[in-house]
Amino acid sequence: MSVDQATVRRIAHLARIAVTDEEVPHLQGELNAILAFVEQLAEVDVTGVEPMTSVTPMMMKKRQDEVTDGGYAEIIVGNAPLTEDHYFVVPKVVE
Amino acid sequence: MSDLTNLTLAEARDALVRRETSATDIAKAFLAAMEKARPLNAYVLETPEQALAMAAQSDERLARGEARPLEGIALGVKDLYATKGVRTTASSKILANFVPGYESTVTSQLWRDGAVMLGKLNNDEFAMGSSNETSAFGPVQSPWRREGSNAALVPGGSSGGSSAAVAARLCLGATATDTGGSIRQPAAFTGTVGIKPTYGRCSRWGIVAFASSLDQAGPIARTVRDNAILLRSMAGHDPKDTTSADLPVPDYEAAIGRSVKGMRIGIPKEYRLAGMPAEIEALWDKGAKWLRDAGAEIVEVSLPHTKYALPAYYIVAPAEASSNLARYDGVRYGLREPGRDIVEMYEKTRAAGFGAEVRRRVMIGTYVLSAGYYDAYYVRAQKIRTLIKRDFENVYAQGVHAILTPATPSAAFGIGEKGGEDPVEMYLNDIFTVTVNMAGLPGIAVPAGRSSEGLPLGLQLIGRAFDEETLFSLSEVIEQAAGRVELPQAWWA
Amino acid sequence: MNAPASPSKLIKGATGDWEVVIGMEIHAQVTSKSKLFSGASTTFGAEPNANVSLVDAAMPGMLPVINEECVKQAVRSGLGLKARINLRSTFDRKNYFYPDLPQGYQISQYKSPIVGEGEVLVDLPESGGQIRVGIERLHLEQDAGKSLHDQHPTMSFVDLNRSGVALMEIVSKPDLRSSEEARAYVTKLRTILRYLGTCDGNMEEGSLRADVNVSVRRPGEPLGTRCEIKNVNSIRFIGQAIEHEARRQIGIIEDGGVIEQETRLFDPGKGETRSMRSKEEAHDYRYFPDPDLLPLEFDQAFVDALAADLPELPDEKKARFIADYGVTPYDASVLVAERASADFYEAVAKGRDGKAAANWVINELFGRLNKEGKDVATSPVSAAQLGAIVDLIGEGVISGKIAKDLFEIVWSEGGDPRQIVESRGMKQVTDTGAIEAAIDAVIAANPDKVEQAKAKPTMIGWFVGQVMKQTGGKANPQAVNDMLKAKLGI
Ligand SMILES: [Mg+2]
Ligand SMILES: [Zn+2]
Repeated sequence: MSVDQATVRRIAHLARIAVTDEEVPHLQGELNAILAFVEQLAEVDVTGVEPMTSVTPMMMKKRQDEVTDGGYAEIIVGNAPLTEDHYFVVPKVVE
Repeated sequence: MSDLTNLTLAEARDALVRRETSATDIAKAFLAAMEKARPLNAYVLETPEQALAMAAQSDERLARGEARPLEGIALGVKDLYATKGVRTTASSKILANFVPGYESTVTSQLWRDGAVMLGKLNNDEFAMGSSNETSAFGPVQSPWRREGSNAALVPGGSSGGSSAAVAARLCLGATATDTGGSIRQPAAFTGTVGIKPTYGRCSRWGIVAFASSLDQAGPIARTVRDNAILLRSMAGHDPKDTTSADLPVPDYEAAIGRSVKGMRIGIPKEYRLAGMPAEIEALWDKGAKWLRDAGAEIVEVSLPHTKYALPAYYIVAPAEASSNLARYDGVRYGLREPGRDIVEMYEKTRAAGFGAEVRRRVMIGTYVLSAGYYDAYYVRAQKIRTLIKRDFENVYAQGVHAILTPATPSAAFGIGEKGGEDPVEMYLNDIFTVTVNMAGLPGIAVPAGRSSEGLPLGLQLIGRAFDEETLFSLSEVIEQAAGRVELPQAWWA
Repeated sequence: MNAPASPSKLIKGATGDWEVVIGMEIHAQVTSKSKLFSGASTTFGAEPNANVSLVDAAMPGMLPVINEECVKQAVRSGLGLKARINLRSTFDRKNYFYPDLPQGYQISQYKSPIVGEGEVLVDLPESGGQIRVGIERLHLEQDAGKSLHDQHPTMSFVDLNRSGVALMEIVSKPDLRSSEEARAYVTKLRTILRYLGTCDGNMEEGSLRADVNVSVRRPGEPLGTRCEIKNVNSIRFIGQAIEHEARRQIGIIEDGGVIEQETRLFDPGKGETRSMRSKEEAHDYRYFPDPDLLPLEFDQAFVDALAADLPELPDEKKARFIADYGVTPYDASVLVAERASADFYEAVAKGRDGKAAANWVINELFGRLNKEGKDVATSPVSAAQLGAIVDLIGEGVISGKIAKDLFEIVWSEGGDPRQIVESRGMKQVTDTGAIEAAIDAVIAANPDKVEQAKAKPTMIGWFVGQVMKQTGGKANPQAVNDMLKAKLGI
């Protein structure tokens, strides 16, 4: 499989990465090189094989239901580019 | 003592306990060396105040005879580890001046055990790379050069700052991370030792995530023993990371010098690639011979799905990365580029904040997860991962204790030499290491000789899950047989 | 497998009858102290970003750790919905960018949810009867934060306090055929969850929100294209949104148009649904298993222990009330709608006449509570007090009329009803002498009425009223009746 330029733009938008017109053909070439490289996986017979979900076979541990965290809004917003009254501030979102 | 920076970590530890030197003197010696070595670009942030304050505390404890396991040991920290109050960037512009309000579990355990932080080490941006050339801070230069050449070489990656700093004597040891070979490949390139522990051995909490199912923390240091000492402090169950294993951490140092007699060492025939340089082949044979001389039994084994590990990795790792890196959106921390609306703000921020390699991988990852392609790429790759893991399980079920392979397909290459046209050229560097991440196993790279151009070459030992001790015992045999690596000339000073 | 459309549920269009088909996704906030994957508090109404941990804000290197109580709550809810509990389920990431979604993905259960198929029995209060609504699944997922859009002309403010709070998404099959059924279904679901204590059902605070999928078709035809109305947060609005949306779709089709599958919002002010512009762009959520979380596994013993501790659920309670207390099915439905009401009723009814108790609880108490905006928990009249009133009637100590006065006194002043009756002389007069005297007086004063009564026996009612007046309402009405009949010879 290989990607065309429209797909490159669609993927870039899905990934929220702006691409310029000049970048598109380069990205197309690079992505297609990677896709050509992974193409060989198609030759492996994977019938009946379970896809790996966790590399270490173990039970997931669970937390007790206790409030043990939070209460430090100033740290939460401390690195933010724009804040007001401990809110993060972003360009207006229209619904 | 003459030059404190020449001590191994174990030697420094012992000298400190014997009060032959002080933590402060060691910290000062390294801080001075770091200043001189700035042209290497190994450190992206030097933290002399922290270093001296921590060293002073260590000296007090040493004076009271209350030394902890790493008391006064000066370390560099890969900039992927969150360090409380100290800028942490993953060597990406997108994290800008991010100062975490928290400390990663692994580094907090190092400080708990008395280690001293010298600074933050360069790495490939978000650990995506094999040469440390994708860093927003610029490439790291290896302290090594080819004989008779001044060409700048890469220190490997993504933990290139860590490997260069250890090789150039800019710390006693360093933290690193390994997603596809990022500890072992740079260690091999710089004549240092690096272990990627079993997935789940070290907590991932507080380490900037690249690919969650593959990422593991580990040390790079000058010797096998130094690795064993560091890993003991770094490892351990963390309730904040439910993928970390709730197992006791052995005294790894005790495994050094343990007999390897009667151990079965597998030589996987699939690693004998067509076109493999003769010197790599010879190094591999030499390694097998050393282990045989030490009483181990060498057997040929088969890992039939080896060749699919790298292509499967280049689906799984970018897929996870595309999701893990979605949080870098200019809202809560890091870089923000203004935009007319929120979508434009996201797109401009991420285009400006991520470097070319990261953008490429995020896009590939986005593509392989997208509707209509998910089964053909991602699910298939995860099935192949199951087969790769099964290959190893079959070999270990035959009584094999560890597997010996070359660490890299070549010695270090020059800065700007690879991957310019075709990204896959660079990816091939991890061909021997990436299977280990795919199967979640431990792997160690240990120096075993030199290339025809005088550059370090390493061998890799792959162990059974959670059996790092065997790797320490075996790699020390190779280290002893190969002889201590000569220091590269300090041409930068 | 579609049952024939019931004619009463069809909507009349310009060109004939239409059937509306509704399926719902309910987001119910799990009752827990801390969030699904972090130790931050779930308390409503905190200062901005105060109930936020490093994990909830998606700081670099943070990892989720699951809250066991949320898992238990999901299992309890599944049991309450008579659903299959999956001993192994997995968490997936749903990837999209939004400022109130800090990770850039929502952790949810896509491929294998914790709870599979189940069923809810729903009584229809308006049209009568009962329907079965199939449950497709119930899964655990994270809530998002909240964006405020009205604080600034060009900026939105983001608060992550809700980010990471555990939700149960409960997906119904498209088994609902009218707005009434939809409202009744949500009401019933809410009742079940409140009984179980797994969701407080507080719709004003957003603890229960509905995404309503609506399509229309001619009876017997295949399913039409559906529209999803997002985040409707009251049962009344759910009904209004469905009514409007069904009419809108019918209008489009009857005008020769086609329905486009889309996401819509309900505007309660206008009573209309409108297209969500920001959601127009096709989403590609790129679901994949969350590599930070291992599969969620537990054994049957874990489920059995939770099942053993489950409270009696409304359906069982209703059946028991009908059988044990002889109440009507309708009264039983009213009584079990809230667990607290049912408990109150049962405390009143125990050892007494269940029907009388139901009558007093529903008509007097609930009526009064409703009028005053109170609920059972804040009722000024306790179950013991109401029980005493019922006893006093049963024992013949007071009449029904006096009982209402007594209820009024207990409501506003409190106190022991028996003592009040005693001290205020409210006892019913059963002394025949006193009653006879009153009857004689009334007869003597109204000879003309006596004559009339002889011809028209129903006139006796007037005499009873007069005698009761004479005795200040305290005479035993039965005794008055009997004696009057004898005296008047009717
Ligand atoms: Mg939904
Ligand atoms: Zn949902």
